[in-house]
Amino acid sequence: MSDAIGEMQVTVQRGGPDGTRQETFAVPQYESQTILDVVTWIQHNVDPTLTYRFACRVGMCGSCAMMVNGVPRWTCRTHVQKVVQGDSLRIAPLRNLPVIKDLAADLDPFFDKWTNAEARHHPTRTKTEEIAPVAMDSPDRLAASAGIECINCAVCYSACDTVAGNPDYFGPAALQRAWTLLNDAKDGAKDQILDAVSGTGGCHNCHSIGSCTAYCPNELDPLSAIAGLKRETAKRWWRR
Amino acid sequence: MLDLRLYMIQRITAMLMAPFVLVHLGVMILAIQGGLTAAEILSRTQGSILWALFYGGFVLAAGVHGAIGLRVVLYEWAGVSGRALPWISWGIGSALIIMGLRAVWAVTWGAA
Repeated sequence: MSDAIGEMQVTVQRGGPDGTRQETFAVPQYESQTILDVVTWIQHNVDPTLTYRFACRVGMCGSCAMMVNGVPRWTCRTHVQKVVQGDSLRIAPLRNLPVIKDLAADLDPFFDKWTNAEARHHPTRTKTEEIAPVAMDSPDRLAASAGIECINCAVCYSACDTVAGNPDYFGPAALQRAWTLLNDAKDGAKDQILDAVSGTGGCHNCHSIGSCTAYCPNELDPLSAIAGLKRETAKRWWRR
Repeated sequence: MLDLRLYMIQRITAMLMAPFVLVHLGVMILAIQGGLTAAEILSRTQGSILWALFYGGFVLAAGVHGAIGLRVVLYEWAGVSGRALPWISWGIGSALIIMGLRAVWAVTWGAA
């Protein structure tokens, strides 16, 4: 490892449902270093009880998201040099979710809402039948493809001010998934999806603030996906 | 909180109010050219079915639209939920509509 270029004061939120506190650690700063590296350094060198979650370290698994200086980020792909404020960093668990311990947020409510939004595939054929051909340049497929690289990291959910004020709201990730399925030629339950996103926690609660699109680490656009759901549900409402 | 039905009602009332607001402002600007008195206003509004229909519709749209909007604010910002939420929202909508229709009635058919 290269030599340290300085030292940072890193404030980390500790604790869980019984109460939280802030602890500050002095951490060596390196030329090339991610937020996940910082958290790992603290656990390896100062406090082995520090709890956090990660898996792939390359921005694919969506498990390491945390609040960094008040902003939700994927920590394995966030370079310290891009976000450090002077010599200080603040790291906390994702907003809008219960905390299990330290930096590990409880993602159950996030994934429960995926189910509530009917954001699951509804097959039209069995595995013995031939695969239906899909034209990759059809408008529906392009709309679906625009949203399928979601890694379920919950950064958008954590960034969303509507979720913060409205605990029933499904949030951007679940609704974007519903939108990709609605545009998927191989999904066989379009009405079921539109029903699910028309209820009390559905897409109509969105205030179009756009934090989801602004903070998505994969540069997806849940805001437009939700606008699409509003449009399709409204069209169906007039037809009925 | 907001389901499709409330969302559509709020959007439709907003679309209705767009021409209402434009005509309302336009007529006001036209009418005050060269001064305006209460007697002049009443001379135009009294007995005018068209006027009563225009502002009656405006009041209904504004009452419904405002009540749905405030329902969201009450839920997201003031923490009002459960059965209190529809009750308060209906209260706000009803109060706006009753007060508005009373005013429309007064300047159309009330004593000068």
